[in-house]
Amino acid sequence: VVEGLALLDLGVSPYSGAVFHETPLTIYLFHFLVEYAELVFVITDVLTAVALYLAIQDFNKVVFKKQKLLIELDKYAPDVAELIRTPMEMHYIPLKVALFYLLNPYTVMSCVAKSTCAINNTVIAFFILATIKGSAFLSAVFLALATYQSLYPLTLFAPALLYLLQRQFIPVKLKSKNFWLYTMQYASLYLCSLVVIICLSFFLLNSWDFIPSVYGFILSVPDLTPNIGLFWYFFAEMFEHFSLFFVCVFQINVFFYTIPLAIKLKEHPMFFMFVQIAIISIFKSYPTVGDVALYMAFLPVWSHLYRFLRNIFILSCVLIVCSFLFPVLWHLWIYAGSANSNFYYAITLTFNVGQILLISDYFYAFLRREYYLTHGLHLTRQDGTEAMLVLK
Amino acid sequence: MGLLSDPQCRRALARLVVRLNTPLCALSYAAGLAWFLALAAPPLAPRTQMSENAMGSTMVEENFQLGARALAYARQFGARKAAAGAMPVTWLEQTLWALGLEPHRQPFARTLPFPDEARERYMVRGTNVYGILRAPRAAGTEALVLSAPCSEGPRNDQAVGLLLALAEFFRGQIYWAKDIIFLVNEHDLLGMEAWLEAYHDVNVTAVRSSGPLGRAGAIQAAVALELSSDVVTSLDVAVEGLNGQLPNLDLLNLFHAFCQKNGLLCTIQGKLPRGDGDSLPAYGQSLRTLLLMALAQASGRPRGDHGLFLRYRVEALTLRGVNSFRQHKYDMTAVGRTLEGMFRKLNNLLERLHQSYFFYLLPSLSRFVSIGLYMPAFGFLLLVLILKALDLWMKLNKGDAGERLEDGGEDPRPGLLALVPPVLICHGAGLALYFVPVLAQRAAAQHFPVSEAEGVVLTAVAIYVAGMALPHSTHRALAGAGERGWMALKLLALLDLALLLGCLALLNFSLGFLLAALMVPGAAAVQPTGPRVLQAAVLVLATPAGAVLLGVLAQRELEEAPAAAGEGWPLFLGAVGEGLLQHHLYGAVLCPVLALGAYPAWLLLWNVLFWK
Repeated sequence: VVEGLALLDLGVSPYSGAVFHETPLTIYLFHFLVEYAELVFVITDVLTAVALYLAIQDFNKVVFKKQKLLIELDKYAPDVAELIRTPMEMHYIPLKVALFYLLNPYTVMSCVAKSTCAINNTVIAFFILATIKGSAFLSAVFLALATYQSLYPLTLFAPALLYLLQRQFIPVKLKSKNFWLYTMQYASLYLCSLVVIICLSFFLLNSWDFIPSVYGFILSVPDLTPNIGLFWYFFAEMFEHFSLFFVCVFQINVFFYTIPLAIKLKEHPMFFMFVQIAIISIFKSYPTVGDVALYMAFLPVWSHLYRFLRNIFILSCVLIVCSFLFPVLWHLWIYAGSANSNFYYAITLTFNVGQILLISDYFYAFLRREYYLTHGLHLTRQDGTEAMLVLK
Repeated sequence: MGLLSDPQCRRALARLVVRLNTPLCALSYAAGLAWFLALAAPPLAPRTQMSENAMGSTMVEENFQLGARALAYARQFGARKAAAGAMPVTWLEQTLWALGLEPHRQPFARTLPFPDEARERYMVRGTNVYGILRAPRAAGTEALVLSAPCSEGPRNDQAVGLLLALAEFFRGQIYWAKDIIFLVNEHDLLGMEAWLEAYHDVNVTAVRSSGPLGRAGAIQAAVALELSSDVVTSLDVAVEGLNGQLPNLDLLNLFHAFCQKNGLLCTIQGKLPRGDGDSLPAYGQSLRTLLLMALAQASGRPRGDHGLFLRYRVEALTLRGVNSFRQHKYDMTAVGRTLEGMFRKLNNLLERLHQSYFFYLLPSLSRFVSIGLYMPAFGFLLLVLILKALDLWMKLNKGDAGERLEDGGEDPRPGLLALVPPVLICHGAGLALYFVPVLAQRAAAQHFPVSEAEGVVLTAVAIYVAGMALPHSTHRALAGAGERGWMALKLLALLDLALLLGCLALLNFSLGFLLAALMVPGAAAVQPTGPRVLQAAVLVLATPAGAVLLGVLAQRELEEAPAAAGEGWPLFLGAVGEGLLQHHLYGAVLCPVLALGAYPAWLLLWNVLFWK
């Protein structure tokens, strides 16, 4: 950002160097705030925490209402009393979410490093707040801003749409006219805001330079500086001939899970949102620990799933150990010169595998709880022996 | 995900871990130790071979004949040094100039954090002198370094003499493609650190030295020479650098190849491998050499002036001439020819040494153990901690499930917040152990009849022992965690220890392994129930300070100069003082790792033992 500002001050397009890949709105924001950079990042983190707090507070109310409705409609099996959530237990969850975000070492590291990921997180947090409050317009605007900044929040369109449909009591049926009407409205709000923001950027800098520099950069991954993601090592060792194919495969991987998850988690759009954010932060082309901090902040919301989680101990150990080994192996590779990139990539792989297993563990626990709620806690087979739920 | 998700498999594994925990742990620990001891045997230690293509053969024609000149230079240097009382800077500069090199001098100064009793210095002022031989035909973008220390008394005169003779000889040759720097450093490691920092224009430690120096290009390799006699019977090579970093194995292979070519006897750790092959005494000798190397690497002390080069990604070795009671002696010409051959081969390098291993252990000069073969030993030791942690987790969870069914709706982990005070207190004790000794040395010297160096060391020991009394004064704070709170604390302690040891093993394998071998049995076995005195004894044996003491004694034992009964305590204090000094002077990490990492982990286990 500093280089971009310097180039801008010289009157040259900030994208003419190969280092600056932020959007024009960001550069104009920092044009005025670069002296107070530390304060800006602290404030963005606080704003994110506050947005998450308010969002989860509202969300808990919605969850509780829905649960009450389902109990009255007798949709739950008779012996699931211990799975029902009480307001007492849900009282402190918003505070825990805000604290999880603020006190997470990853967030602190992001803030100290002054990574622009903090701004991404704030926009996504506001988007979630707007969605939960039910305001389609604000939700579309914030989603457009988030997509504008880094392409991947595009996939959050689906969970937001599902949530707003649920809120308006419009059933998700492909033949229903109401469904398509609402979808079109939301999509047009989103696309119009996106177009407005992009045109605004054009007028700020008087050129379309930023599109290849920002979006082309995210999609084609030219810069292979090592990070905690999966892309850099693959593309560093790949022949030029195949790199286009593999770039396409890797990028499709991020967007690919949206449809299956939308079909499975139709009734639970917030969980879908959480899983989608996690998938973005694992599979995006340039992930940072700030992205990891954002989806980890949501974990207290699903703390009632704790009894169904199966590998939480091993997974948390793996994630903590990998976080400590990252700087050790980086030091060995870059400063001591005794190791090489394979050592560092091994830790990157382990970290990402750990994250994937964490998300799938939560997914399984969520589905299992839903199954138990409708079918009762003590499952029996036809012949009366005890059955067990297995994910095939 | 079959293993982790299939419920039958999970239940079977869980049952295995809980029921067979102690036998599995014992087996794993024994396997780890046995694997390490087996590393010295031929199957796990293949022969070394040269991996770098440019240094493939030893086919050079060495023409060095100036052995007598070397001795003459040595006499002159010795005389001038005795007359000046310090480094004869002007004479060296004039000699280098007369030989046709570019001489430079570098004055430096350093105030030690506390007086160094072993070498009797506190404020050190010195000068390094070096001469650059510019490559006659090439651009000189790379450089090689040959260094000799200027020591007190008549030591290492012959090294400087040989250095000057080699300089004279090298100046007459036309095949040099890299610049060669001939460096004479004063005050051994301090001078070397000052020179390296000024050369690379960095400021890692607080050495004050003069401005920019005459430079010669990026240093590719360095050889440090130490010779104190006119004739040698063998050449001893030292590889361990600061913080256990090792040079590329190819440099060692180069040295070994040239010693064999010239018929020179070469040793490592001062030990010659027995020629018996696969017999037991040969294995014993290899094992002793391996253990000596492990102890040297674990201490993190550079075993020669070369140790400081490694931090700047320069491969370096120290060669020491040893004059023992053997029959066959080699004169300066033979040593000079070996060095000439090595430098000619290093001259051929096209890129930095990177083909061979950076992580290895040496049971002898011609055999090595690579990282892939020695890591499983450490893996087995770490497995003990992991098995114990899994066992504790499952016990905690089973207990929770039982409790919940009775009370209904209680918070599953009541003790999580109550674990914070012990953790904070133990890490606070570690911080005190790290910061207080050097900061409070003045106060210690004023109030007690000790010198400042002694004050620092004794303060460290005092804080260490005071930490052991913590459980008795803090058990009131810990009382809120309940009956099974000790399990959660022990789980945290085990995970902390495992994390520390894992990171340590990657950076300095020997330190990680030796600390693990010592601390793991105590860590796994400790619990508040059972025979307290016996467990306390086991845990005291496993303490990090105990590791230092045992290491020092073991090293003396393996060098065949066993320490007498009363020598243990002064040796230990000396080691602690040296460790602190090296941390502040060169950035050695043994001291912070033990004070901020191992000691708090051990204190947590000590707290678990005295749980009420």
